[in-house]
Amino acid sequence: MLNSSLQLPSGMSRRHFIQHMAMSAATIPGLQFLNHLSANAAEVRKNQKACILLWMSGGPPTIDIWDLKPESKNGGEFKPVSTSGDLQISEHMPKTATMMKHLSVVRSMSTREADHNRGRYYMHTGYIPNPTVVHPTFGSVVSYELGTKRKELEIPSFVSIGGPSMGPGFMGMMHSPFQVDSNGDIRNAGMKEKLSDVRFEQRQTMLAAIENDFIKSDRGQMPQDHKDVYKKATHLMTSKQMQAFKVAEEKPETIEMYCGTGANAAGAGRMGMGARNPFGMGCLMARRLVEAGVPFIEVDLGGWDLHTQVFNTLKNQRLPVLDQAIAGLTADLEQRGLLKDTTIVWMGEFGRTPRINQDVGRDHWATTWSNMIGGGGLKGGVAVGQTDKDGTSCESQAYLPGDIWATVAHAMGIPLDTVHTSKNGRPMKIANGGTAIKELIG
Amino acid sequence: MKRPVKQRHEARRVGLLGSVATFGIWSLPVLVFSLVGFLCVDVRSAPKTGAAKSGSKSAAAKNADGSGDAATEAAAAKESADSGAAIKLPEQAYSTGYNGSYVDLIKFINTQVRQGWIDNAIRPAEPADDAEWVRRVHLDIVGHIPDLETVQKFLADKDKAKRAKLIDKLLDEDEGYVRNFTTIWTNNLIGRGPPPNMSGILRAPLQKFLRESFGKNRGWNEIVTDLLTAEGSNATNGAANFLLSHLNEGAVPATAISARLFMGMQVQCTQCHNHPFNEWKQNAFWEFNSFFKQARAERVSQYNEKTGRMDVVSSNLVRSEFGGGLFFERRNGVMEVAFPKVNGTDVNPDPATDRRKELAAIITAGEKTQVSDAMVNRMWGHFFGYGFTKPIDDMGPHNLPSNPALLERLSHEFVTAKYDLRQLIRWICNSEAYNLTSRANVKNPKTKQDNPAGGDVPVFSHVYLKSMTAEQLYDSLIVATNAHKSGSGSWEKAEATRQRWMQQFVQAFGTDENDESTSFDGTIPQALMMMNGELVQNALSDAKGTLLYDVLNEKGNPTEKVKHLYMATLSRAPSPREIKTATSILKNATSPVEAFQDLYWALMNSNEFILNH
Repeated sequence: MLNSSLQLPSGMSRRHFIQHMAMSAATIPGLQFLNHLSANAAEVRKNQKACILLWMSGGPPTIDIWDLKPESKNGGEFKPVSTSGDLQISEHMPKTATMMKHLSVVRSMSTREADHNRGRYYMHTGYIPNPTVVHPTFGSVVSYELGTKRKELEIPSFVSIGGPSMGPGFMGMMHSPFQVDSNGDIRNAGMKEKLSDVRFEQRQTMLAAIENDFIKSDRGQMPQDHKDVYKKATHLMTSKQMQAFKVAEEKPETIEMYCGTGANAAGAGRMGMGARNPFGMGCLMARRLVEAGVPFIEVDLGGWDLHTQVFNTLKNQRLPVLDQAIAGLTADLEQRGLLKDTTIVWMGEFGRTPRINQDVGRDHWATTWSNMIGGGGLKGGVAVGQTDKDGTSCESQAYLPGDIWATVAHAMGIPLDTVHTSKNGRPMKIANGGTAIKELIG
Repeated sequence: MKRPVKQRHEARRVGLLGSVATFGIWSLPVLVFSLVGFLCVDVRSAPKTGAAKSGSKSAAAKNADGSGDAATEAAAAKESADSGAAIKLPEQAYSTGYNGSYVDLIKFINTQVRQGWIDNAIRPAEPADDAEWVRRVHLDIVGHIPDLETVQKFLADKDKAKRAKLIDKLLDEDEGYVRNFTTIWTNNLIGRGPPPNMSGILRAPLQKFLRESFGKNRGWNEIVTDLLTAEGSNATNGAANFLLSHLNEGAVPATAISARLFMGMQVQCTQCHNHPFNEWKQNAFWEFNSFFKQARAERVSQYNEKTGRMDVVSSNLVRSEFGGGLFFERRNGVMEVAFPKVNGTDVNPDPATDRRKELAAIITAGEKTQVSDAMVNRMWGHFFGYGFTKPIDDMGPHNLPSNPALLERLSHEFVTAKYDLRQLIRWICNSEAYNLTSRANVKNPKTKQDNPAGGDVPVFSHVYLKSMTAEQLYDSLIVATNAHKSGSGSWEKAEATRQRWMQQFVQAFGTDENDESTSFDGTIPQALMMMNGELVQNALSDAKGTLLYDVLNEKGNPTEKVKHLYMATLSRAPSPREIKTATSILKNATSPVEAFQDLYWALMNSNEFILNH
């Protein structure tokens, strides 16, 4: 066995050495590599824009959360309460209520798609499913637009916590979501055996030789995608930024901000004993990732497909977890001076029927529902748009997911005239040509 | 007008186990979303196949014996020439040496596919060399790469009919075919993830049912019938696990998945309203649903001495005495009644009627059925990466097939052959298109227009790359370590180990429809698993009994050993340049064993290894 330290150029850490190898394999010129090393991460990271998508898998009943109808038979059991902003929300979101001066609600979403798969696709991409093209989820768009420019970022620029998110479509596998559990364990990220740098280099050299030949063999995009993903995985294995995933290292009082105490801390019984609720921990990890320079993070909270027992489930399980996490995340970002550069978006596949069904549940409904959006320099405390007294139709301009994403793009400094080209040559406007919502950007 | 946006798709309890699993072509729609009845005609990528033109029965008949080939080709070539883009094809289609009783059918497939090339002026790729092909046919039929010995034998074989013979051997002699299709169909039927708690769903008996069915080569119609009509304990009648998994929500998921898997129809939208683009009306959904109304799940519990609780250990699928119609709600709130009816055939709604038996009988009756169409399309998609429709399980007037005459003829022949799955596979694998290389023919720039990954309608002018499924990868790594030779343990035990490994890539969506997604295909977690995971570490072991041990200890010079490692992983010999690179590293290495390990690591981690080409 060779003594690995002998092989390293002086002044070069093992990590950088390995990176160097990975980079050489990708034939990045040496000079650019040196620039890469010398970039002062802290300096670059100042004022970097980020977006955190809180994804409510299953379709949340926004009529019970953001747009209550106490006067209507559709209103159900919950009462609205006043907030620190200029709008009312559910009484079961008391902590979030104190943060509403930073957050706004778009109450006139009208999005057509009320099938889980189609709604998931539409809300994530801004586009309706189409067999001839697979659109990128907006996280992949941000990864493409901003992630590629952040040369100091060694971990993936699009991270999905606790859920699968959606694919990168024509943006390619480089921009697919990096899926992690909210406990922050990254499987197989460490080498099982200690490998000398010489052997590591040996493996990379031989791998590059095989891969490059296959890439050149006229077999389409997949061979190159494979190589790109390997490059990212190699970076990740050796990066200090992996620390950002180690969410358990946070102080107990910080964890409490996101997860609360008592029953709520454990996700109201959904998790094993002693575990913190995964959504709260996911939001906390999102904040850590924002600090590390990751431009797009999605955090998944499931269990909203409430065809039965909507009020009991909301009151006792979903809302306490959601309330604590949104409030904790907003307050923490604010305290750290990150909120002005970090946009928070809250949405699911669709809303739920204003009419309460025979099982005291609400079914799928996309005609009228709400999204929440805030931070990132957007106006907080505002209710945009309104629905009628029964919550069944919009009484103002209706908004599509493209408008939400256009607003996010605006907040992140991505020009709205950006056009991407699909694999079959079709030009696609960013956010499906949506318009930034003027009440929020004013 | 109070609604600025026209509502089209809000749905109520849209049930669908839409995304049963997403690793391979078998579950194309998966993650991808279900393209439920979405009509989109992209002018640029619309099919322009001669197949469509010769879609009439008479054209098909004329070509059945191959006699019409030349005339058709000439005519089409002339037509193409008129549009300024003629291509010239080799006179003889590539042959695997097959000379069984379906020679004419294979000719017909070749003629139809060639017509697509001519009409689109796309020059086909060269035939694949033996090394490329032997790997592909193993991955597709038996679900893993061929081992070193198999590759060596095949490459050395001078028999002109060796490809046809290998296809037969893989189908008839190797249990790999049975195992592979058991895996695929278990995932299709109940998904990859663990069954929900307390559901009493049992994976192993379902696998046993499939294994026996594929092993005996039972007709697909019989297998479908068993799955739809199963009764009794799911421990003894494994087929019952399929419906038991989908009887929640008033059997809405059972309705949707049965239509999708067996009939190639996406009907979940029509639960709440008429299908916007095809003929399915809302009442048809509920009429179809009413066939499942007699199916009831009964959970069987057993006292657990350790925990002091009752555990659900299995389920019974029971036929209830349900009779008459069921009520459903129209969009305008009016309630309507639906009686069992499918494909225009009414069934007696009396409680004495066994509705599921009637359903299975109706959908499998005829000379060409939706069941046969769906299976042919799915099987074609399995081997080529893309079927005749995209996605493979959304067929209908709103989503016309790219090669209608070919689909029709194959479907018809499949029924005539008593739904013989092995024959269907034999036809596809012996066709010219399946024997081409995956390298596009770049002499013709138009080849770029045959890129289905970019949205084009496939014309099968070259073989499209497929990412290995998680199971294919797992099994291939087992082959690469020689672990398959030691025959360790039972089928069930090996299956359980693989299933545990799989779970790291399976993720459930948070809906009540049991959807799941995977993080497998080409992702960072996959790359990390390959670089650092246990499976590959095991493969790198030079302990006695491993492939690496055999190679290191066999006679021969380093060049021979390098060759063997290439063949064991990529199923091909290394190029002179690759040999040179490898031997120079070996020469300088302080430990030759480590150098061989590193080469083996690189081979298994390469794009060429994981992409089925």
